[in-house]
Amino acid sequence: MKLEILKELNAERAARRPVIVVTDTASGEQRLVKARDIGSDPLRAELAKQLRMGKSGNVEVGGKKLFLNVYAPTARLVIIGAVHISQALAPLARSLDYDVAIVDPRTAFASPERFPDVKLIAEWPDIALPPLNVDHYTAFVAVTHDPKIDDPALLHAFAKDCFYIGALGSRKTHAKRVERLRAQGASESDIARIHAPIGLDIGAVSPAEIAVSIMAEITAQLRLPPREKEQAA
Amino acid sequence: MLNRDEDILKAAEDWQKAGHGVALATVVETWGSAPRPAGSSLVINDDGTFLGSVSGGCVEGAVVTEALDVIASGKPRMLEFGVADETAWNVGLSCGGTIRVFVEKVG
Repeated sequence: MKLEILKELNAERAARRPVIVVTDTASGEQRLVKARDIGSDPLRAELAKQLRMGKSGNVEVGGKKLFLNVYAPTARLVIIGAVHISQALAPLARSLDYDVAIVDPRTAFASPERFPDVKLIAEWPDIALPPLNVDHYTAFVAVTHDPKIDDPALLHAFAKDCFYIGALGSRKTHAKRVERLRAQGASESDIARIHAPIGLDIGAVSPAEIAVSIMAEITAQLRLPPREKEQAA
Repeated sequence: MLNRDEDILKAAEDWQKAGHGVALATVVETWGSAPRPAGSSLVINDDGTFLGSVSGGCVEGAVVTEALDVIASGKPRMLEFGVADETAWNVGLSCGGTIRVFVEKVG
């Protein structure tokens, strides 16, 4: 790999923009395609397909065997609420290679003593979220149980097309939340994207077990093809 | 802590800038129950230091040896590992899968 390609690859990845490196494995010839340039690329159909699946793979074009290496941004987890569950969720998510950020305006909760080594932002969502550049490669969970904090955060997650959106609360709590979000302009398809009650149903009781059920659900959302995903949910 | 792909590629860039000979090994194809998916990579420098993985640890030793040759020659190489090859048992995949690994020089 030429140093220029490697530098560009690292720069795009640092900016959380997807990139595909196309390699002719016979000759070693290589080029880098940025996500925004895929539409005008001669291999656009193949590139778009691999990027959609988030999977690297081989294609044969004009007698040449090409390896398409997809570099999708590292998955992130944004947690709204520096609560007990978050204390278990943050280290678990990090062990699964997620970049983690926690947002909670209540400084008694959002204290570094409770959350060592985690990006912690003690601000309201309207201030904390815009600089985080929440994107499609972000899993977003709201666990404060406080509508003043959770609701605006969820509206932000809808707008940013997060691949997973989850909210803590019983069916009853969620029904009330849905009413409030509708009143604030959320569409039915936005509402349908919320996983609530949050997490896979594994009978989780302790904060650590709830964290496992949440990360299992997020993993299913990230990795399973669409049909199997519905069965897991 | 596990090495993420981005740390691996950053290390490749840093090593190269520091004047090391560097090679990148990438899984390009897998059959059967291969331990790491296509796109997984390993970066090696001319000290023999490496980061990342292309298997569960089964074939990394052999990949590093080949990578040192690639750093010396500058020519990319395709490696194949699997259990089918009896003579390769020592560097084979115990899981029963087969993988192809593309090794190229950086720079």
